[in-house]
Amino acid sequence: MTAAPPDSVAEIAGVSLRYGRTVALSDVSVAIPAGRMVGLIGPDGVGKSSLLSLLAGARVIQQGRIAVLGGDMTDARHRARICPRIAYMPQGLGRNLYPTLSVAENLDFFGRLFGHGAAERVRRIDSLLAATGMSAFRDRPAAKLSGGMKQKLGLCCALIHDPDFLILDEPTTGVDPLSRRQFWDLIDRIRRDRPGMSVIVATAYMEEATRFDWLIAMQAGRILATGSPADLMARAGAEDLDRAFIALLPEGEARDLDPVRIPPRPPDGAEIAIEAQNLTKRFGDFTAVDDVSFRIEKGEIFGFLGSNGCGKTTTMKMLTGLLDPSEGSARLFGHEIDPNDMEVRRRVGFMSQAFSLYSELTVRQNLDLHARLFGMAPAAIPERVHRMIARFGLKAVADQLPEALPLGIRQRLSLAVAMIHGPEMLILDEPTSGVDPLARDEFWRILGELSRKDGVTIFVSTHFMNEAELCDRISLMHAGRVLVSDTAGAITAAKGAATLEDAFIAHLQDAIGEEPVTEAAPPATEARPARTGGLFSLRRMLSYSRLEALQLRRDPIRLTLALLGSLILMFVMGYGLNMDVEDLSFAVLDRDQTATSRDYVLDIAGSRYFTEGPPLTGYDDMDARMHRGELSLALEIPPGFARDLARGKDVAIGAWIDGSNPTRAETVSGYVQGMHAHWIARKAREIYGAEALRGDFELVTRFRYNPDVKSIVAMVPAVIPLLLLLIPAVLTTLGVVREKELGSIVNFYVTPVTRLEFLIGKQLPYVALAMLNFALLTAFAVMLFRVPFTGSLPAFALAALLYVWATTAMGLLISTFMRSQVAALFATVLLTMIPGAQYSGLIDPVSSLQGAGRVIGEIYPTTHFIIASRGAFSKALMFQDFGTVYLALLAATPVILGLSVLFLRKQAK
Amino acid sequence: MNLRNVWQLGIKELRGLWRDPMLLVLIIYAFSLSIYTDSKAIPESLSNAAIAIVDEDRSMLSARITGAFGPPYFVTPRSITTTGMDQRMDEGLETFALDIPPDFERDLLAGRVPAIQLNVDATRMSQAFTGSGYVQQIVTAEVSEFVAGHREATELPVDLALRARYNPPLDPGWFGAVNSVINAISMLSIILTGAALIREKEHGTVEHLLVMPVTAAEIMLSKIWSMGLVVLLASGFAIVVVVQMALEVPVQGSVLLFVLASALMLFATTSMGIFLATAAGTMPQFGLLLMLVLMPLQILSGGMTPRESMPDAIRAIMSFAPDTQFVILSQGILFRGAGLDVVWPQLLALAAIGSALFWLALRQFRRFLA
Repeated sequence: MTAAPPDSVAEIAGVSLRYGRTVALSDVSVAIPAGRMVGLIGPDGVGKSSLLSLLAGARVIQQGRIAVLGGDMTDARHRARICPRIAYMPQGLGRNLYPTLSVAENLDFFGRLFGHGAAERVRRIDSLLAATGMSAFRDRPAAKLSGGMKQKLGLCCALIHDPDFLILDEPTTGVDPLSRRQFWDLIDRIRRDRPGMSVIVATAYMEEATRFDWLIAMQAGRILATGSPADLMARAGAEDLDRAFIALLPEGEARDLDPVRIPPRPPDGAEIAIEAQNLTKRFGDFTAVDDVSFRIEKGEIFGFLGSNGCGKTTTMKMLTGLLDPSEGSARLFGHEIDPNDMEVRRRVGFMSQAFSLYSELTVRQNLDLHARLFGMAPAAIPERVHRMIARFGLKAVADQLPEALPLGIRQRLSLAVAMIHGPEMLILDEPTSGVDPLARDEFWRILGELSRKDGVTIFVSTHFMNEAELCDRISLMHAGRVLVSDTAGAITAAKGAATLEDAFIAHLQDAIGEEPVTEAAPPATEARPARTGGLFSLRRMLSYSRLEALQLRRDPIRLTLALLGSLILMFVMGYGLNMDVEDLSFAVLDRDQTATSRDYVLDIAGSRYFTEGPPLTGYDDMDARMHRGELSLALEIPPGFARDLARGKDVAIGAWIDGSNPTRAETVSGYVQGMHAHWIARKAREIYGAEALRGDFELVTRFRYNPDVKSIVAMVPAVIPLLLLLIPAVLTTLGVVREKELGSIVNFYVTPVTRLEFLIGKQLPYVALAMLNFALLTAFAVMLFRVPFTGSLPAFALAALLYVWATTAMGLLISTFMRSQVAALFATVLLTMIPGAQYSGLIDPVSSLQGAGRVIGEIYPTTHFIIASRGAFSKALMFQDFGTVYLALLAATPVILGLSVLFLRKQAK
Repeated sequence: MNLRNVWQLGIKELRGLWRDPMLLVLIIYAFSLSIYTDSKAIPESLSNAAIAIVDEDRSMLSARITGAFGPPYFVTPRSITTTGMDQRMDEGLETFALDIPPDFERDLLAGRVPAIQLNVDATRMSQAFTGSGYVQQIVTAEVSEFVAGHREATELPVDLALRARYNPPLDPGWFGAVNSVINAISMLSIILTGAALIREKEHGTVEHLLVMPVTAAEIMLSKIWSMGLVVLLASGFAIVVVVQMALEVPVQGSVLLFVLASALMLFATTSMGIFLATAAGTMPQFGLLLMLVLMPLQILSGGMTPRESMPDAIRAIMSFAPDTQFVILSQGILFRGAGLDVVWPQLLALAAIGSALFWLALRQFRRFLA
């Protein structure tokens, strides 16, 4: 083993890493030389990505020691100090990008995060885009970029801050040959300008690895060998790296090395399996596929090559019926494509570019489910699943979840799934992107067998030239058009090129009509910006605020829903949350039938609270009608009521209330008692005259703040706090958990942004949105509901600001515990709606609550803001009256934010 | 329609749920602890109402009146001054303040009909009315008893015998418990189906399904049965274990009938979840839409405040909401012991609402996939 050069950028000593029971790295020790281009090679799932994420500080070190740029990576302070000098580009097509942001905005975000000034950012973005040939796409949202362009953008984002240590995890996976060449030219140029920069790259392309200075070969979580490519080849006695790698494998792990050979096809004219005629697809004014025609015979392997974003995927989607063509037509097995034709779907296997299997099912369960969905005979399924697992080398991971698997193995699983039901036609969109060379060979052997033996038609897109050479015919595509369509040999010969790759690039350059971008301004001459350190950087915080605000602006539906939705809710709840009880149904069992008894009933029937139903005929009738919920109240007036009353004998009126809704029952009982007392007083006056007044007193009830005791006056001000709780909390929770679920959280892990900067940065736009909401709701309450506003508006607005600060912080706190958006949404609804509506005094005052609900109510911010809101609207409260409310709300935010900072992790576990 | 596919895809949904431990914890919480706390927190309609008394009379009678207030209906009244009263009410510390004027006792005995002032914070609707009724009763009783020692009664001997049926102690916890179960059912079923669909869309797995021989109806039905089953089991548990056993609410009617009704309810709400998911593009949009639908469903279904008091238009609209029908029906079954003969109109309504929502959702879902 070659000794590492004396100065190293990173030293790894005895590092092990496991995910649950799976061992990803075991006792790895290696020193990575500084100022060199280091390659990390090895098949899928040997721990390359894990090692890189540990180097970048994106993952917690479980065991062992890693020193990067002269310091210990377990030390959070050291990580914070050096992370501006590291750039990390994770695996996967643009997983750390923000899909709704444009190319330039994505770059701008990273530039701000690392503290570049405005002019410097513009200069760097321009030069990076020019260098990668992406200037034309600077305003296109990242989501609409093709896979390869996302990779380029990812690299640009990593390069924007002049890192000293560049960590690239399979950066050229899924990138077309021309772009790949440009990509490495770019890196070479940057290294020329910055000779001190160290680069470590994981790659599946051995021909790329040949150009690196120094290689680390890995196998099964261990380091197999290190040294320069020539070194490794010499040691293994092999003439290329592929073979060298295999020779280095321990005894018994070596695999089949013969190059793949697919026997030629019998040249007779077989029937046509796929036929496309003048296919065209437009998205708005952008033509993705332009007048494409081809015919593929049954059993043929037809290759689709082209630059990134040239329309390969779109064409394939039209063939599978996922997209309707704008013009032209396509036929499969002689039938016009009908998206609803289940029979055709059963005969076709499709594999899309992005992993689209169920991450919640294990490898085996995924295979099993798809076999069943394709209607295979249940008895044959276990055998078939077993065979596919063996064939694609999935045995070791059969019972694992795909999420934990490396990209290459996930691709293999996708392939296995596409082929599980033995389809007659396979449509495969870059099936081998990210798959290691050995597995790729294995895969092409299978394809060859399927085509030649079983007559399966295969339509496949690829960026690998050696794969293209295995196809019977290939088409070169660029910018939606087919440039040339023939056998690989004929295409190479026609261009007079040495290799297919050269021919391909020549065709592309012809099509582009200009020299590929060469000398753009070299990025970065400015010294590293000084503003990277510090405990709290306003700049970094604001770059997250800006990011979040931009994403919010790109989603006008979300914005409209947040603003309009709360107004609608206020309307609904303001009118609906009505505590006035009116028009309750009641009926009377009048056994007296005198003027007096009717007088008694008339008092009740005449009030606005009750409406009288048909009289009751007896107890059975009463039981039946109350049972059906028809009556809220039943009265029974005993026989001889009037007579007994006149004689001064004790009489009793019976009243039955439906108690199934206790709130209503209490109100009914209150009304009945009140009217009863009123009737008695009236009768007493009639009988005893003024004498009855003696010894009497008056209870003058003043209903303060809401003299008419209108529900709206009480409820509308209380609904504002509720709405300012629910909506902001949901938005902030999802704002963070979304990043976790979709992968861009890694930017937070590896950039200098601190936890507090991240959280407050994310929070700010939602605070602003909530304040806008507050203004709208208050205006709505005053103007539409005509609730008089008597207090101080500025004082109220200040309380609102403190309050929404707390409620958005609550969303952040919830988000720190959640990984999936579904759970996060559920948790937020559960943890805000119930305390907000039940424990905060919206209906029942907090002082009357009991048990845990009381405790929650006392500390919940909504309680205090409901007091503030009702106070400001109805009680004419001013600044000085809000003291307690301000204090309570001021105390809440630091506590909630502090807890969020405490629970938020700055590294993946 | 291939029922085997529906079955297989449903099993897939269940496995997915099993892999999200946080979600499982939340489901368990929503159907146990949350319901328990909720039910226990709800006060009797008048309990521990905050009251203060300004006693300017300082007589035997005023002391007697002051002594009559206390738990459980009121807190032990605080004695305050006239000036303190306004301040304290402004801060929301007291809901009621009773002002007994100077010479109240003397004037009363002299037959001068003195006035006591009761100040009520009418922004606290739930206590304002009932509370002032209680205050009136208590003061009247004390005054009558006091006066009775001095003079003959001129009251009419008419008694009002009030009885509450179905929930004799008028314990709002009973109602609250059942209402929490209903809320949890609609919340969970909408989130589980809708959010799961959005997640599939965001991860590209829906597209994948479309190239397989599976129809939109099969995908939808699989989600409905699997998530419906989870919520159904959880709600059955909540009714039997939490409501009946832990909270000791006497359930009158048939739990089986309730479970059958819940199944119909879930058919409607899961369809609604899918419908909402097709209308929303991303998870944050869905989250907002969820709030927009869930809040009115819960607040206006009659579970929180009586339906009788809502404006006619809202009442009419809300009668098309599954929650409304389900609240009526559950109250009937669980409290009044109503049987099929009584609740069939609501069951029929639920089935109709569910079918309409399913049809709408299916139509949208097909478009969503295309």
